[in-house]
Amino acid sequence: MSGIHSKFNKGIIGWIDYRLPIFTILDDMVGTGYPTPRNLNYWWNFGSLAGLCLVIQIVTGIVLAMHYTPHVDLAFASVEHIMRDVNYGWLLRYVHANGASMFFVVVYIHIFRGLYFGSYKSPREVLWFLGIIIFLLMMATAFMGYVLPWGQMSFWGATVITNLFSAIPVVGDYIVTLLWGGFSVDNPTLNRFFSLHYLLPFAIAAVVVLHILALHQHGSNNPLGIDANGPQDKIPFHPYYTVKDLFGIAVFLIFFSALVFYAPNMLGEVDNYIEANPLVTPAHIVPEWYFLPFYAILRSIPDKLFGVLAMFGSILLLFVLPWLDTSRVRSARFRPVFKVFFYVFIADCVLLLVCGGKPPEGIWLILGRIGTAYYFIHFLILLPVIGFWERPLPLPKSISEPVLGGGKPAAAVAAPAKE
Amino acid sequence: MATSGSNGGADGVVRRDFLTIAAGAFTAVGVAAAIWPFVHQMNPSADVLALSSTEVDISKVQAGQAITVLWRGKPVFVRHRTEAEIDAARRDDTASLPDPQKDADRVKKAEWLITLGVCTHLGCVPLAFQGDYKGWFCPCHGSHYDTSGRIRKGPAPRNLEVPQYAFLNDTRVKIG
Repeated sequence: MSGIHSKFNKGIIGWIDYRLPIFTILDDMVGTGYPTPRNLNYWWNFGSLAGLCLVIQIVTGIVLAMHYTPHVDLAFASVEHIMRDVNYGWLLRYVHANGASMFFVVVYIHIFRGLYFGSYKSPREVLWFLGIIIFLLMMATAFMGYVLPWGQMSFWGATVITNLFSAIPVVGDYIVTLLWGGFSVDNPTLNRFFSLHYLLPFAIAAVVVLHILALHQHGSNNPLGIDANGPQDKIPFHPYYTVKDLFGIAVFLIFFSALVFYAPNMLGEVDNYIEANPLVTPAHIVPEWYFLPFYAILRSIPDKLFGVLAMFGSILLLFVLPWLDTSRVRSARFRPVFKVFFYVFIADCVLLLVCGGKPPEGIWLILGRIGTAYYFIHFLILLPVIGFWERPLPLPKSISEPVLGGGKPAAAVAAPAKE
Repeated sequence: MATSGSNGGADGVVRRDFLTIAAGAFTAVGVAAAIWPFVHQMNPSADVLALSSTEVDISKVQAGQAITVLWRGKPVFVRHRTEAEIDAARRDDTASLPDPQKDADRVKKAEWLITLGVCTHLGCVPLAFQGDYKGWFCPCHGSHYDTSGRIRKGPAPRNLEVPQYAFLNDTRVKIG
């Protein structure tokens, strides 16, 4: 749309929009000019919440960087300086640390939303890829951020994770030395991690722009997983979904505030309040909770190289998901068999999360191995087979049909929409 | 406010208007409260404020000498003035001054002049015993101060600032 024909043709806004069409562009992105399926439920709030989390992390992070010192002798003390001396430093750090956890909560729900409603299927595969890339960048950023306070968990987490690369045949050790800038995790490692921890969120923001661009190409998927037939199936993003997103943000901030103000260290590890000591490894070393399922997969495989491959493979597998899932029906609402296995898969992920936090011995090791096996079976065997074998329920004729009251299947579908 | 149900009073104001304004006002207050920590974190932190005074031993500074001490990251001039310098400063109380001030108002003990060592022009550190008035001369842009630290010539607008200080005894001064 050019400024001439847009609705922004009056006054100062019109004058600017004629020369720089930012109002038209914004209106087409998140305004009245962006038609959105009329039946989106609250699971669709988590995209905007993830965006909010990124903004919160960047803003608090920039502020924390004003007070933090990336040096092995000073880093730990500078974090305590932030906690005790800097005005509201405790608040900014707790928001940043818990904000990372909330970011992962939101993104995990966002991903499972996509898995349930088949948002990765044609024509949204690239949108899905970009989401996985964002997820990988988030994990790298969160890992390096966790190293910065230079506590015991920071140091030993960094040691373990960087050592993953030593599993690569032939060049592994050289790569690890390259990552460290030395022969162990030390000051050069801390410096580069700080640099990259500052850089990567902006890389994430750039991929988010592409993610949104890809989203707008075909518009949001919806709980029915069917394409819109026409304008009667859509409503403008503004005011309907701006208000809904804002409401979601308000509810989200209640949970976030509860965590920050009443249990700011609940998700952290006490050992990270002990300064890094290269001579002593903590008795029980675990990553942050959001890495635990992948950590469980790593430990389940009794071989260094294959353990690392399985861990990375568990995420990279998502890239081929659009082809592993052979069903042409998107939404799990019309896939009775897939729906059952979806919930089993969630239970499996929770099982892996629990196993990842326990010592790798006895029953936990066995459960971890079962969980790991099932994770791969779900994607590599169950999804392709279910797609062929399953007989999906009849799809509604249009998005508006169940809403406006059509036949019997419509009523059956409309009921779970109120969950 | 609406008096006749949710859909409006005679003046066209409906209950929804109240909800919109209330929600907007609540949001504005919340956002402002959330922004404040991000601004206030730039102000001096507790450890910086804890260093806001410094004690100086002046027993070894002879008449005609000056020392420079660091206070809050800035230089402070502590100058033991000679009788001639004090006389010159007092004589000029009545001269034409850009920033008129009596010498007596700038010192607690006539022989000790204590000022910030920061030129009031653009913040350089002036050189002692130099310039036309043998007080200080700022090499950056040529401001001349007299033996009372008053600006006499050049671009600086004000006299050298006198910080808060107190003589703890005859040989110790607490600045700040």
